[in-house]
Amino acid sequence: MRNTKVVSLEEAIRRSGLKDGMTISFHHHFRGGDKVVNMVVAKLAEMGFKDLKLAASSLSDVHAPLIDHIKNGVITGISTSGLRGELANEISHGLMKEPVVFRSHGGRGSAIANGELHIDVAFLGASSCDCLGNASGCPRSENAKSICGSLGYALPDAKYADHVVVLTDDLVDYPNVPKSISACEVESVVVVDSVGDSSKISSGAIRDSKNPRDILLAQQAAKVIINSGYFEDGFSIQTGTGGASLAAVKYIRESMMEKGIKASFALGGITAHMVKLHEEGLIGRLIDVQSFDKVAAESIASDHLHQEVSAVEYASADNPGSAVHALDIVILSALEVDVDFNVNVLVGSDGIIRGAVGGHPDTAEDSALSIIVCPLLRGRIPCVVSKVTTLITPGAGVDVVVTEYGIAVNPRRPEIAERLKAAGLKVVDIHDLAAKATSVIGVPDPLPFGDKVVGIVMDRHGKVLDKIYNIVD
Amino acid sequence: MMFVPGNNPGMMADAHIYGPDSIMLDLEDSVTMAEKDAARLLVYNALKSIDYGNTEMVVRINPLNTPYGHKDVEAVVKAGVDVIRMPKTETADEVRELEAEIIKVEEELGCVGRTQIMAAIESALGIVNAYEIATASKRMMGIALGAEDYTANLKTPRTPEGSELLLARETIVVAARAAGIACFDTVYSNLDDMDTFRKEVELIKNLGFDGKSIINPRQIQVVNEVFAPKQKDIDKALRIIAAIKEAREKGSGVIAVNGKMVDRPVVLRAERVIALAVASGILNEEELS
Repeated sequence: MRNTKVVSLEEAIRRSGLKDGMTISFHHHFRGGDKVVNMVVAKLAEMGFKDLKLAASSLSDVHAPLIDHIKNGVITGISTSGLRGELANEISHGLMKEPVVFRSHGGRGSAIANGELHIDVAFLGASSCDCLGNASGCPRSENAKSICGSLGYALPDAKYADHVVVLTDDLVDYPNVPKSISACEVESVVVVDSVGDSSKISSGAIRDSKNPRDILLAQQAAKVIINSGYFEDGFSIQTGTGGASLAAVKYIRESMMEKGIKASFALGGITAHMVKLHEEGLIGRLIDVQSFDKVAAESIASDHLHQEVSAVEYASADNPGSAVHALDIVILSALEVDVDFNVNVLVGSDGIIRGAVGGHPDTAEDSALSIIVCPLLRGRIPCVVSKVTTLITPGAGVDVVVTEYGIAVNPRRPEIAERLKAAGLKVVDIHDLAAKATSVIGVPDPLPFGDKVVGIVMDRHGKVLDKIYNIVD
Repeated sequence: MMFVPGNNPGMMADAHIYGPDSIMLDLEDSVTMAEKDAARLLVYNALKSIDYGNTEMVVRINPLNTPYGHKDVEAVVKAGVDVIRMPKTETADEVRELEAEIIKVEEELGCVGRTQIMAAIESALGIVNAYEIATASKRMMGIALGAEDYTANLKTPRTPEGSELLLARETIVVAARAAGIACFDTVYSNLDDMDTFRKEVELIKNLGFDGKSIINPRQIQVVNEVFAPKQKDIDKALRIIAAIKEAREKGSGVIAVNGKMVDRPVVLRAERVIALAVASGILNEEELS
């Protein structure tokens, strides 16, 4: 090829014009198996960069090496959807001078599109890429080393960043089509040994459960859906990654087959469960912003009815064309729900950040019916509380809370409460659930928060929703 | 009846959310010698403080000839347990000994007669004495089969089809019916083989058992599905009950449904179908009245 953008990582960084104080971005499609963030930041540190702002679509346990780069002043700002593991623990204890900014997936997409989150240089891992930068999360040659499927969260970065570097572990012949990221948006291509360990895509958040409590919750959630008034031919659905919401899909499937009901589409993070229903003809199309496991990633590579969408197309609040506006039913999990139906999915009951905002507030607000599935008690930790530790999803968008002790319906949706009662489901007042939790385990001591702000939660419309303070041991 | 180890507070705290008809908190085989006292205290506090709703609460105590049995009786009667399950019951005298123990504690509390007894029969001698055991006390509410000890005693392994248990099962059903009390079948331990479990539940239902002992909430649904009467049987039972009502109102002694005379066994069967339908949540009592 006469023209090629393939250079070394160091050369790509040099060409990008990156300077101290600028913003770099990454996607998290390899989840727990990601190798790009650590590799690139290590190189930036080696090259002497300081005071960089890291804008990731999410971060997880595997990103613990960032702790040293934060201590050394290489990274001084982070925005992300989530934080887990040692990095989250350190940040919760006050590691950073600047608070971490948390945004939902839709909120991040909007912020990038409207310029609130300006990206100077995007470093985007891809499972295949040609020498001009046409990139994909799907493998395209027998030398392929990785697969992540959808690159939905990377697409706003590719489109709006000033400079785009694609890192790939499989440089393929031009043209690499169909592409997710267009060569027209890419300045440099860097070939590396590995962009990510695909076997770890489904690690971390996703659990498939034989736990009787999860099964009970799943059965209840499925009954809520079936009797909600939205379970009719052509409905659409999204599920989270909690054990119970994944298990609920199994029960919904049985009911769909029994009643001859088919879904028009499934949205969001796509799992093997959804792929199975699609292949059985029960779901017409899969709209995939993130492939949650290898089966989903392989499906998007081969099935033209399984389509990738960007974070903006998925869940932007500003854009009336985003898919969440067409979504009927979403099943979500929660760390805490309070008596006003507010949900926390980010900060644990120990005050330590241990989760991700994800698409939670986006889908809860814009879907016709949002169902939160969570146990009343996790061991000695209450999940239905008087006030959430951190507000992530405002209660105005939350319709139903399913626990093992009963189902609470937001008073804003009396018609749903009536339908569920008529179907014989145990509908209870959410205050009674909170009181039940207190009666079993008592009132926990208040968390020992300090006065340093370690995190700022932005709502999906770009306003500050809540602040997270440092935790003191 | 769901078995819950008496040394596991997490399981005890939420056993009732899965909807078993009764919960048996165990102080016997699932608790090691070293933990007997701690488990007794846990079970006492669980019974006193957890709201189990309408679930019938049973505690399996240690045999009275062990150092723990008497203390177990004292603790659980004081905690207000509904039923004490006596393990490895072989004679009617053992039931009477337990009854005397219960009376002692109840007299102290001023609530004589509150605590019922269920005897688990787990040996050949117990099967031979089944009727005497079932009628040993007015407090006897049921007898149950414990198959592991029983097959060990018979010197035979436990098989999936359960032919080695047939005599014991039939003896227990017959003894319970003769005594006018309930009968419960033994546990099935392989949670990964729900098909064999379902066959076993079908078998014991047809033998006449009132219920099945289970060890995991995942087994509840299968038991309920097998025991729940079919809609056509419910409809037929409702017609019979309606015909009886009508006959009574007319003062007629002869009851007929669809032109056929209905005799007493048919009425009794219809009543049992309705009771099971109510217990399974298919019918509610308000609809019946």
